[in-house]
Amino acid sequence: MPGVEGFMYPNEVELQWSVLIVLYPFITGLVAGAFILASLERVFHVVTIKPTYRLALLTALSFMLVAPLPLQLHLGHPERSLEMYFTPHSSSAMAMFGFVYLWYLMAVLVTEIWLDYRKDIVEMYHKSTGLLKMIYWLMATGNLNISPRALELDDKIGYTITVIGIPSAFLLHGYVGFIFGSIKANPWWSSPLMPVVFIFSAMVSGVAAVMLLFMAVKKLRKEAIDIHCVDTIAKYLFYLFIVDFSLEMLDLIHRIYEADESFRSLDFMVHSRLFFSQIVLQICLGTLTPILLLGITQLFKIRAGIRKAIYTTSGLLTLMGIFAMRWNVVIGGQLFSKSFLGYTTYKMALVTKEGLLVAIALAILPFIFLTILVKLLPPFGENDAHHAPQPAIGD
Amino acid sequence: MAIFKDTGHLFRFAALFVVGTTSIFVLRAIVTPKSFGQYGHYRGAALKDLADRPVKYAGHQACEVCHTDIVTTKTAGKHAGVNCEACHGPLAKHADDPSNTPAKLDTAVLCVKCHAASAAKPKGFPQVQADDHSGGLACDTCHKPHDPAIAAGGAK
Ligand code: HEC
Ligand code: HEC
Ligand code: HEC
Ligand code: HEC
Repeated sequence: MPGVEGFMYPNEVELQWSVLIVLYPFITGLVAGAFILASLERVFHVVTIKPTYRLALLTALSFMLVAPLPLQLHLGHPERSLEMYFTPHSSSAMAMFGFVYLWYLMAVLVTEIWLDYRKDIVEMYHKSTGLLKMIYWLMATGNLNISPRALELDDKIGYTITVIGIPSAFLLHGYVGFIFGSIKANPWWSSPLMPVVFIFSAMVSGVAAVMLLFMAVKKLRKEAIDIHCVDTIAKYLFYLFIVDFSLEMLDLIHRIYEADESFRSLDFMVHSRLFFSQIVLQICLGTLTPILLLGITQLFKIRAGIRKAIYTTSGLLTLMGIFAMRWNVVIGGQLFSKSFLGYTTYKMALVTKEGLLVAIALAILPFIFLTILVKLLPPFGENDAHHAPQPAIGD
Repeated sequence: MAIFKDTGHLFRFAALFVVGTTSIFVLRAIVTPKSFGQYGHYRGAALKDLADRPVKYAGHQACEVCHTDIVTTKTAGKHAGVNCEACHGPLAKHADDPSNTPAKLDTAVLCVKCHAASAAKPKGFPQVQADDHSGGLACDTCHKPHDPAIAAGGAK
């Protein structure tokens, strides 16, 4: 059979989980990571990264809105796939997604953003006209009270929400890792370390994404990039990455040492079918290179311009590496036979419901949401008001 | 009222949540199929839906009524345990109305479905490397499908 090597059970030949299921943990990872970066500022008062606080929240929200789409498309049958969420069975981790998702989206993200932006919303309501005024009125729930006491309350509650939000972000992404880690039939996935590795890689990707977006947005607006802010984010990225990498290596060493009955098969896979995506893309280019690059910026004094270039490169490599990691988990876990005697190949379709084009569209969609959100809810406060009268360039 | 003066917006927001949560329950009540949970964690009516689907396979006993000769041959041979429809495909329509003749089978495709050599099959199961074994000829040039074993030296 083409693409099949050795012996596969018939139901293993074709992969059930496609590139969309690769995208899903990648996107939720970005959400959790971006949110945790925002919470850092809020809960631990890291003042230097304050400029990214709102951008991080909006990034988290825009990706969050897209997060369920890959799953929905994968399920198909829009007329009844929702029933899974309405009548979940407690024995199905997948069916719990609706609750984990709604909790995180509404109780955490939307609430926190709303409380944080309420003052701005009311002010923008007063400034704007026409349809926009209506939108802001709705967003303010028709209550325009921004008395100091009300704002102080908002701040207090917002803080509480953030504190609740951190475990929720861990829960969201830990849950995604759990879905894989709890599949005991699949030795590539089944590992209690899986949720933890997922959380840390989520933080890494989310922090990298916010760092890149921050620089990109500033560049598009032709504003100066606050380099201290980026420096601090890069520092966090570096530390988080080291923890993430150690955890992944721990998992690897554990597997090598344990060398259970699946080991020869998985080892062969890493050396053949997954060599490029795992060894080259994920570990060498996507992990070691950015850690090295970021490490250099921590050790040596480097000119700001070059630092920015290094941050951009390592940020992009990081995102690619984390995507490769999701790919290797999701696709890798389906390439070998449960008999450990054979391997199959993943043939990505192009224009089908779960094909490459849909995946690309889903990857672009969050940026469209983000553009709209940034327009409605300017993330850089005073700065924006200041720049508003100027002709908007590339914004 | 004094307490509501600066908390009014929060109550409105909370009210949105209550509305949202309630609407989930309402929606749930609307979209959950009526028979859900009747027998277990699934739609009870699904059983009837399945039962109502047209029958495709007639079963061995149905063929026995008319094709006695073949049944006799087959029962004596090595394919005794293989159902007619495992080779001929679903034939409920034909069993109801014999003028609905079944399609001819191509043995070069059919037989290897079961007999192609594979390491995963039990050792005792007769298997052949089709290319080497038949040299591209259809299997029924030498084997009788209903009584496939070839007595030592005697091909068909
Ligand atoms: C009601 C009697 C009856 C039943 C039941 C029946 N058949 Fe037939 N079958 C016939 C008749 C009569 C013919 C000859 C039709 C013709 O030659 O046009 C026939 C022809 C066939 C043929 C094609 C013969 C050819 O010359 O191509 C096959 C194969 C066949 N039957 C298989 C089956 C199988 C398998 C079953 C059981 C699922 C079955 N039949 C059940 C009466 C029946
Ligand atoms: C191992 C596969 C196999 C099984 C099992 C099998 N057949 Fe056949 N049968 C064939 C093949 C191959 C032919 C010849 C090609 C054709 O006629 O389509 C055939 C031909 C026939 C014919 C056409 C007349 C003839 O003798 O050539 C009839 C009728 C028939 N089968 C009925 C049955 C019935 C009834 C059963 C069950 C008792 C049965 N077959 C089981 C493979 C099978
Ligand atoms: C649905 C699966 C199936 C198909 C299709 C099938 N067979 Fe068989 N065949 C069997 C089984 C089961 C046996 C019995 C094996 C045993 O005795 O353990 C068997 C036995 C045989 C034997 C006897 C081997 C021996 O031990 O001497 C031969 C020869 C044979 N088949 C040839 C054929 C040919 C030729 C065809 C195509 C017309 C065919 N088979 C199609 C399942 C199949
Ligand atoms: C040229 C004639 C010829 C053709 C064509 C042919 N066979 Fe055979 N086959 C034989 C003979 C003769 C034997 C008996 C060998 C023996 O018993 O040692 C046999 C034996 C078998 C056996 C039993 C092997 C065993 O280990 O017991 C199977 C199974 C079989 N054939 C399947 C097929 C299949 C499937 C095809 C079509 C792809 C096919 N044959 C085509 C002549 C043929």
